Amino acid sequence: MDGEAETKAQESAAGAYWRENVKLLGALLAVWFAVSFGAGILFVDTLNAITLGGFKLGFWFAQQGSIYVFVILIFVYSARMKALERRLGLSDD
Amino acid sequence: MDAKLLTWIFIGASFALYIAIAILSRAGSTKEFYVAGGGVPPIANGMATAADWMSAASFISMAGIIAFGGYDASVYLMGWTGGYVLLALLLAPYLRKFGQFTVPDFIGARYYSKTARVVAVICLIVISFTYIAGQMRGVGVVFSRFLEMPIEWGVVTGMAVVFVYAVFGGMKGITYTQVAQYCVLIFAYLVPAIFISMMITGNPVPQLGLGGTDASGVYILQKLDATLVDLGFSEFTAGVKSKADVFAITLALMVGTAGLPHVIVRFFTVPKVSDARKSAGYALVFIALLYTTAPAVGAFARLNFIETVNGADYKTAPQWVKTWEGIGLIAWLDKNGDGKMQYAAGAPFEGKPQFTGEAGSSGERLISNAPTENVNEVDVDRDIMVLANPEIAALPGWVAALVAAGGVAAALSTAAGLLLVISAAVSHDLLKKTFRPQISERGELLAARLAAAAAILVAGWLGINPPGFVAQVVALAFGLAAASLFPAILMGIFFKGMNREGAIAGMLAGLVFTLLYIVWFKSGWFGASDVAAQWLFGISPEGIGAVGMLVNFAVAVSVARFTARTPDEVREMVEMIRTPKGAGAAQGH
Repeated sequence: MDGEAETKAQESAAGAYWRENVKLLGALLAVWFAVSFGAGILFVDTLNAITLGGFKLGFWFAQQGSIYVFVILIFVYSARMKALERRLGLSDD
Repeated sequence: MDAKLLTWIFIGASFALYIAIAILSRAGSTKEFYVAGGGVPPIANGMATAADWMSAASFISMAGIIAFGGYDASVYLMGWTGGYVLLALLLAPYLRKFGQFTVPDFIGARYYSKTARVVAVICLIVISFTYIAGQMRGVGVVFSRFLEMPIEWGVVTGMAVVFVYAVFGGMKGITYTQVAQYCVLIFAYLVPAIFISMMITGNPVPQLGLGGTDASGVYILQKLDATLVDLGFSEFTAGVKSKADVFAITLALMVGTAGLPHVIVRFFTVPKVSDARKSAGYALVFIALLYTTAPAVGAFARLNFIETVNGADYKTAPQWVKTWEGIGLIAWLDKNGDGKMQYAAGAPFEGKPQFTGEAGSSGERLISNAPTENVNEVDVDRDIMVLANPEIAALPGWVAALVAAGGVAAALSTAAGLLLVISAAVSHDLLKKTFRPQISERGELLAARLAAAAAILVAGWLGINPPGFVAQVVALAFGLAAASLFPAILMGIFFKGMNREGAIAGMLAGLVFTLLYIVWFKSGWFGASDVAAQWLFGISPEGIGAVGMLVNFAVAVSVARFTARTPDEVREMVEMIRTPKGAGAAQGH
């Protein structure tokens, strides 16, 4: 591959990487919004009708559940991006 | 052994540890001073970030805020953790790839402007000093409560310790002391929480115990709801704040967290872009350990407090009631003269307790405040919920000493992180990059140390003479970060078309709007009363940063539309920070 073609391939990989990244961000931030602002605030009263052990569900999301989901979201993002970078040859290792 | 002696030993030993670590990891270059040389492993950085982040307020006050606020306190739990998702997904990896030393570094380069850099420095300094005054005060408060020394001496002691390890060690020094401080503070928080959860629910995991039952098989939260309603409070699991306000406060705290310079800069210290993402995940795990425990501590402590105090004969009440009354955090006014402490909703008397120095008929400390109409006789400071927990649960003396050391660790670690970003903003952004570009490496390092020392003096002075207005406005730092720095950084990464003019106008608009709104309602200088009916869209000053952020976005995008296109080399730089490869080469300009 000559220099110019290589640069082109790199650029398109970078483009694909960014598009995939933005798509993944959208999905994960939708979950972020749903567990905190959705379940913990906007729909808290509806969810409080359901109980989980001694917890009302909406209250549980607001004070426990949303935090657990936040942790999971970051690790999912980290792992998915690592896999994407390996696939496109953009890894920083 | 005497409890006070134990506390001295624990705090003294932890100070010796922090200083020893700092001496072992002295900074020898500006890169080590600003970003610990860029070689901190992700897990260590996660712990350091957690300690950096969790302040005296998280450690001492949060469980108390939850105990008395119930569902309404969820804004802090979600707000102060959800911000890490934004940080990990939207900011940290790209800022790490950019690879310089400070937040204004990024804003100055991305918006090709010294003005933008200076505006960012102003935002950073306002945010960080607002935050740090409370930290130095926190150290003083812990000292005064556990060691009965004046708050001023506590502040001075804290200043001296931070001076040693922040000024000499720089970022390299504080990183490893923060790792040690995290271990101290989380251990100190979890030990009493586990004991209390065992005592009340029989479950050693507080997070599960909160959803569990007491010895008679009744769910803890149901029992707490019912008890509070009986006493005239609202239910623990339901709030009194409006939905719009809860939404806005949570958003402002999340975005503000992601925009706090002392948190962002921790992600400049890891070796690679992928490490920045991972490290944010670890940081949130370490933070979540405390934040998911706090609601359990809050609920248990409230229930325990009511059951112990309400209707109890003062003369036979447990010793801790009298101990904390002695320090002035509990006050009892025997309105009906029956010698029993009645606890209910509403203030028992007007204002803060004014002790007369005389003893009442039951032996209580008399107060001179005018009584109110309601039946409540007990005034309690919410901070005692964490501080008194070891005594309430009848734990051995070393646990209380441990909690004191944990509280000091939480306050010191946050103070040190803030001092570092202030000093870097002065020596690096103002001197090296703006007003004295010819300064040598050694000169810059010396300037950084002098700036850190000066910042400690200012912070200590603020801790000893807390400006009443700033002390009230915990929200100020978050609101300002949300309205100024966060949008500028976010658009810098995700919106190539954002130019110099737009970003500067946006930051200034967000900053000024948020500052004015908070000052308007909180200072009392304009005769505005801080009540829901007067607020814009029903949003309190605590949540106004969310609106300030929108103002910033709107102004920035409008101005950018009508001004010059972003230069091509800046567009290329944005392309560069969007891909992770080659972060090692990009650092250390």
